[in-house]
Amino acid sequence: MRDWVKGAAVVALAAMAGSAARAEDKLKVGFVYVGPVGDFGYSYQHDQGRQFLQKQFGDKVETTFLENVAENDSQRAFEQLARSGHKLIFGTSFGFMDPELKVAKQFPGVKFEHATGYKLAPNLSTYSARFYEGRYIMGEIAAKVSKNHTVGYIASFPIPEVVSGIDAFMLGAQKVDPNFKIKIVWVNSWFDPGKEADAAKALIAQGADVIAQHTDSAAPLQEAEKAGVHGFGQSSDMAKFAPKAILTSLEDNWGPYYVGEVKAVMDGTWKSHDTWGGLAAGMVVMGPYENMPADVKAMAEQTEADIKSGKVKVFAGPIAKQDGSVGVKPGEVMPDKEILGLNWYVKGVDDKLPQ
Amino acid sequence: MHIELQPRLDPPRWLGVAAPVAAFAVALLIGGLIVALLGKSPLDAFRVYFVDPLTQDWSLEALAVKASPLVLIAVGLCFCFRANLWNIGAEGQFIAGGALGGALALATHGVPHDGPLGGSWILPAMLALGVVGGALYALIPAVLLVTLGVSEILTSLMLVYVARLALDYLVRGPWRDPQGFNFPVSVNFDPDATLPSLVEGASLHAGVLVTLAVVVLAAVVFGRTMLGYEIRIVGAAPRAARFAGFSERKLALAAFALSGGLAGLAGIMEVSGQIGQLQPSISPGYGFTAIIVAFLGRLQPVGILVAGLVLALTYVGGEGAQIALKLPLDVTTAFQGILLICVLGADVVTRYRVRLVGRVLA
Amino acid sequence: MNGEMAQLILVTVVTAATPLFLAALGELVAERSGVLNLGVEGMMVMGAAGGFAAAYVTGSTLVGALAGIALGALMALLFALLTVVFAVSQVASGLALTIFGLGLSGLVGSGFVGLKRDPAPHLSIPGLTDLPGVGRLVFGEDYFVYAALALAVLVSFVLGRTRAGLVLRAVGDNHGSAHALGVPVRRVRILAVLFGGACAGLGGAYLSLAYTPFWSPEMTAGRGWIALALVVFASWRPWRALGGAVLFGGATVLQLHAQAFGIGLPGQFMSAIPYLATVLALVLLSLRRRAGSVAPAMLGTAFVPDR
Repeated sequence: MRDWVKGAAVVALAAMAGSAARAEDKLKVGFVYVGPVGDFGYSYQHDQGRQFLQKQFGDKVETTFLENVAENDSQRAFEQLARSGHKLIFGTSFGFMDPELKVAKQFPGVKFEHATGYKLAPNLSTYSARFYEGRYIMGEIAAKVSKNHTVGYIASFPIPEVVSGIDAFMLGAQKVDPNFKIKIVWVNSWFDPGKEADAAKALIAQGADVIAQHTDSAAPLQEAEKAGVHGFGQSSDMAKFAPKAILTSLEDNWGPYYVGEVKAVMDGTWKSHDTWGGLAAGMVVMGPYENMPADVKAMAEQTEADIKSGKVKVFAGPIAKQDGSVGVKPGEVMPDKEILGLNWYVKGVDDKLPQ
Repeated sequence: MHIELQPRLDPPRWLGVAAPVAAFAVALLIGGLIVALLGKSPLDAFRVYFVDPLTQDWSLEALAVKASPLVLIAVGLCFCFRANLWNIGAEGQFIAGGALGGALALATHGVPHDGPLGGSWILPAMLALGVVGGALYALIPAVLLVTLGVSEILTSLMLVYVARLALDYLVRGPWRDPQGFNFPVSVNFDPDATLPSLVEGASLHAGVLVTLAVVVLAAVVFGRTMLGYEIRIVGAAPRAARFAGFSERKLALAAFALSGGLAGLAGIMEVSGQIGQLQPSISPGYGFTAIIVAFLGRLQPVGILVAGLVLALTYVGGEGAQIALKLPLDVTTAFQGILLICVLGADVVTRYRVRLVGRVLA
Repeated sequence: MNGEMAQLILVTVVTAATPLFLAALGELVAERSGVLNLGVEGMMVMGAAGGFAAAYVTGSTLVGALAGIALGALMALLFALLTVVFAVSQVASGLALTIFGLGLSGLVGSGFVGLKRDPAPHLSIPGLTDLPGVGRLVFGEDYFVYAALALAVLVSFVLGRTRAGLVLRAVGDNHGSAHALGVPVRRVRILAVLFGGACAGLGGAYLSLAYTPFWSPEMTAGRGWIALALVVFASWRPWRALGGAVLFGGATVLQLHAQAFGIGLPGQFMSAIPYLATVLALVLLSLRRRAGSVAPAMLGTAFVPDR
């Protein structure tokens, strides 16, 4: 049966010959996204990175993406890319970790990279961005701008990246205003515009006059604009969605990293590595500082420069945990490994983390 | 002018095969048109979607792995649908089965097994728990239906959301891997708790064989047993069934338990065969897609097997199309809808003679 | 909690309830005629995509709303052709419609990702809208809300008080007798299904024009399914559907408020509340009902006249 199908296929293939792309000398680079490229958030930004890469190298590379790939299907997706001649493959979601690892072992000649995970192999790198650095600056700005001393924070899922974002935000805010309050709503989704909008409305009704979000859609920002309060953009510069409300955006910027990795593969210098870059590396970019007094803007720019230069470390001690116990001792800095797995709130956060 | 339907008393057999094939051809034409409108070659698209995945060993294996849960759930659903019971919550039952079976894998993780059986009892027990979990979860809407007359369509659907959130909570909380940097995944299952591979180093797992066995069994149950007979009668002629003294309540409970049990089995096989751990989302909507598979397969086990493979083909081929032709994923989704609509529409010619009757307007 | 805050919360509830109510109202009419259309989600999401696209291109919210209605109705026409004319399984056709709609809306909307519009205009009557406590709630909603209420009045009146409504219900309760009395059963059903699609399309357009004024794939996020639940919850009565929509919208919004207040319950549990509440409400309703279903007797069965 199978042979028969094969035979039929060969005939069909012969009939259609000529249409198959021949691109042996091009480097084929594949991307696997967890969401649709149209989410205008996380997956969209990775795709912007891919397009940047394509533009940089022109016809020397061929890029491909698979969108909206569920974790269950991701192993097959990686395998399809590896088998169709892709030599460098990026998996952009944490949930792809084990499937990508399995496929990487199966295809030692192909280079793999996995975003936000922690498992490495000789041909599997990990990369991620220190988004918390930007959230520290956002916290500072919020504490300066807020009249009610309260931020409304719309969170997706209680994973370390989100928790460290909340902590960094509060550390920044407390530096300016020790009594600054945070109200957190978990919407249990990365992307549900309606629910995010409702959460923003609830937070604004309860007195928050700055809205921060760790979800993907522009809906909370638009609600802030409607209600006449302030907000921050997520993933990309969202100024056009809320020209009066936006303070700045926390932008993902994967393009330069992707270009660097492709160059390394072309030069034969690619090695398995663990990259965790922030503002200094240009993986996290702050959008224009807007709708704030000049002194606040100056402060934000100063902090940004200090974080880039390493003068300011976000998780530098002393840091007290929510219950008052010691989180980071004075004079010490939280090691990366702990930030990567952060699961406690700093003092002053009035919310309970699901344990 | 209007269309008249005249029931066929004895539909010819060839029509039952020819109609869906013709429908497939029509769907291909419409799909090809969409592809052409997007500026790509329909012929290339056809090759990538329907020929390439059938010509390589690894993609054939991928097809089987993808089709397996769909077929298993859909076979279970036909017990309900045939009896006019609308269980659309298979997604929740899939999750319940995966979670309960997976719980045993977590409980036995890293524990030495000194008994005479060693760890060999774990996997069968997990599969059994998967069936139990799915069946119990399906019995909630069934019991509410037979005792209180609450619409099973809605309760089974609402319980999907509840199951998703419950698993989400468990994996982010109590079941989280302590060494996993607080990421929301459980530990990787032990080999004793993992379905073995059929081919060394490939993703083809033993669950595929279980599915095949279930298809055969279900075909026998439908064709040759009293239960199958009762289900068919209740669905086709409820009044006659009542006269014959069949208990609709018992039947409803049995149908839901069977369908939930198979969905739960699919869930635990996906968890222990494909994923190898518990995570917040263990199903990309298999429970819903399986409803389509059930209808594409005309609510018959063997038809469902074919339909499941065809649908899996569009998934695997859809990825191929994104890679080779840069066609957006939405084309695949839209095509799946078109295919289903065409096959359903073709049903009419097998069951009725269709005639255009009436005056031509002057 | 003061009055202003209560009003703010209620305004949010109204916004959350409106798309659910619009879709449920349309589906209710279709089901009253005996047709179960599980494709609400697909019709809604097409309405959202087409509505935003048309409004963006023309700059008019009204044109957007009309486009949403038209696309919803077009999808419903396809469904009616299958189920009413060709007597195909309604459950299967409805699911097919949902899948088709999700895919097609992605294609239609792909050119409009990341674009924004101003939200749909709100009613503003000097003096009334500024009334403390109730002004914004009663006189300051967007126009869709008032349109939805007007539709509710209309549907309730037509169903209960007119000959057309009587015919519609007769078709849903016993198509055989209705046919014998000379009622064009299939024509009535097609019209009812089209109305259902139009309402679902309008509900979808509400999402992308008023609720969150931009387009994103799958932005309906399951609201079509909730609308289907509401119809049963409402025992197929328009005003009860309104009550159900407000309850469900309220449960969704209040759980967010409860979180913001700092109730220490897991977010997953809070998110599950609206669904559990729906199940509970269905159970309670059925306890109060005496034996026998209030569903239209012919719901889900195709009508094939034997000439």
